[in-house]
Amino acid sequence: MTDEKESVEFDGLICPVPLAHNSRIVLGHGSGGRMSRDLIEGTFFPPFDNPILRAGDDAAVLDLDNGLRIAISTDAHVISPIEFPGGDIGRLAICGTVNDLSMMGAIPLYITASFMLEEGLAIPRLVAITNSMRAAAEEAGILIVAGDTKVVEKGKVDEIFISTTGIGRIREGVNIYGRNAQPGDVVIISGTIGDHGIAVLSARGDLGFEANIQSDVAPLNSLVADMLQGAEVSKGVNGIHVLRDPTRGGLATALNEIAVQSQVSITISEDAVPVRQPVLAACEILGFDPLYIANEGKLIAIVSEDCADLVLASMRANQLGRDAAVIGEVTSGPPGKVLLKTSIGTTRVVDMLAGELLPRIC
Amino acid sequence: MKYLSEFRDAGLVNGIIDQIKRIVTKKWILMEICGGQTHAIIRYGLDQLLPSEIELVHGPGCPVCVTSLELIDKALAIAARPEVIFTSYGDMLRVPGSGKDLFQVRAEGGDVRVVYSPLDALKIAEENPDREVVFFAIGFETTAPANAMSVLQAKTRRVENFSVLVSHVCVPPAMDAILASGRNRVQGFLAAGHVCAVMGYWEYPPIAEKYGVPITVTGFEPLDILQGILITVRNLERGNKVVANAYSRAVTFEGNRPAQEIIKQVFKTCDRNWRGIGMIPRSGWCLRPEFRAFDAEIRFPVSQIKSEESRDCIAGEILQGLRKPFDCPAFGRICTPANPLGATMVSSEGACAAYYKYQPVRQR
Repeated sequence: MTDEKESVEFDGLICPVPLAHNSRIVLGHGSGGRMSRDLIEGTFFPPFDNPILRAGDDAAVLDLDNGLRIAISTDAHVISPIEFPGGDIGRLAICGTVNDLSMMGAIPLYITASFMLEEGLAIPRLVAITNSMRAAAEEAGILIVAGDTKVVEKGKVDEIFISTTGIGRIREGVNIYGRNAQPGDVVIISGTIGDHGIAVLSARGDLGFEANIQSDVAPLNSLVADMLQGAEVSKGVNGIHVLRDPTRGGLATALNEIAVQSQVSITISEDAVPVRQPVLAACEILGFDPLYIANEGKLIAIVSEDCADLVLASMRANQLGRDAAVIGEVTSGPPGKVLLKTSIGTTRVVDMLAGELLPRIC
Repeated sequence: MKYLSEFRDAGLVNGIIDQIKRIVTKKWILMEICGGQTHAIIRYGLDQLLPSEIELVHGPGCPVCVTSLELIDKALAIAARPEVIFTSYGDMLRVPGSGKDLFQVRAEGGDVRVVYSPLDALKIAEENPDREVVFFAIGFETTAPANAMSVLQAKTRRVENFSVLVSHVCVPPAMDAILASGRNRVQGFLAAGHVCAVMGYWEYPPIAEKYGVPITVTGFEPLDILQGILITVRNLERGNKVVANAYSRAVTFEGNRPAQEIIKQVFKTCDRNWRGIGMIPRSGWCLRPEFRAFDAEIRFPVSQIKSEESRDCIAGEILQGLRKPFDCPAFGRICTPANPLGATMVSSEGACAAYYKYQPVRQR
């Protein structure tokens, strides 16, 4: 107690201005959230500027002379640990690129892979990773057609980094872009969220407790094919407007990206978003919000209202979309904003992930 | 999820809201002490449901927000030393010191590691006998027992390369300081349930009596918070200046006695500078003299670091409940979680971060 004094002299307005982290790369720049976006827009867009890059989708779409449209995407994989429940860095490297191509409505065809290996990596582990890549490639029906190998001194990379590039042919009649969401559209998620992020944290020993959670890492091209068929895209119906896989930054960040690209508002319902109980429990304990946890085998589909039932049915018929659910709608509300209806009936903003995802401390 | 979803039940929530609406007859200003409660209020939009007579102001109960600039600068200096492994709870990494933050120190080559417990830091010390391992012991009464335990174990196990940079703050003196201020608007308090789980609530009756304010020990789920508000409003309406417990499933009057014993064994009361508020006498804990050997402020040459705050945002007034984040001209425009001007925007428990993340667009 402070009986001996009567009143505290308050200092008034206080707060230091920090560095905005524009002088050095910090981990937050790799979070997939706002800091990543600022880095891309501030550092990479200006020197490389062109309309294809500026589209800012999961893969670039190239119009070739003969009317053929190609999607191309590249992705670096630096996960730690390199093996985790439900997958490993090899499976991730294939699925990540297959999924980025699939999100443009493309049929993934060929992938190249470059390997950055740390001196000392056990060759049997590398073999296990390449076997896992082959299995994932067979699952996705693609071929790994070229590669590169570099070895660096111990400590210069963490065991193994894999970079993959893929190309795919965009189906005729498909018109899927992040900018295509329209008021009235229905927002669908293909299954439970947060499984990958929590599985990796668990494998890293970061949870401090056992969690029986498998990563959802999977190639989504078969699911997308079923959806396009269900929506009768081949018959000239353009009901599927946007596809996006909510990887780093989670569902919240992916929806924010779409809201900005399409200049629309998106409202989702907290109760409608499927989350597994163990993921929910881990998030409760650590102070995470599942909306921000990474996924590697899920997609968001934004579809016109009249074909939502068809798309949903075709998703649920596929093993990868069996838990698919309608989670919200696109509205003509404030452009670029994502809102959430809470379970108790109030509404709040769902922002993009800011920097690194951090746990609460008390 | 069992024992959780019940406390987020829409029907029960609306039932309590109806009760609050029935009993309230005039304007009341309540302060929730804890940043965790601030986040729950904004995250679930509880303030949208409350009758307009009730104003909630957000208290200084976010340890990240109130840790003084000087201590953060000391942390940065220690973390930059090549022999040091600096361990901290994650939130502290983004809190700006005078020139940089711990993320920046890490980017410049400092060995800064996020831990979830000080005992993890102790383990790192044992695994790295040739390095100096420092833990940034911040927080309120909630984190104090574990932090004290790490020091006790370090002493018992003779882990000589382990030390702590202590920045402990205590809730009751802060409540006292807020109520004693000439600018105080707070008429009733929701006391922080987690703090009380450790400390009990025997410290509060003298405050309730001295200032004539009801205080209600309150939990963190929507139903807990509304129950705390209901009891506080009822006591205000009836003129009862009493301490009540709306979080009895976790809190007893005495609190966790063994935890309090460990705290007493390791820490002693000291004056503490609160960021945004200033010096509050006898409002913190420091290491007792017999644990000097584990005091990072003594082990490393940081005593010459004296930092002064610049004056660019209103975090201080927000921490005292005098103003709301929306009152700040920088809020949401030049001050965002990715580019925070103030600690209240940095911490996941900070009031500005809560408003930024969760408030509906119409209020932004």
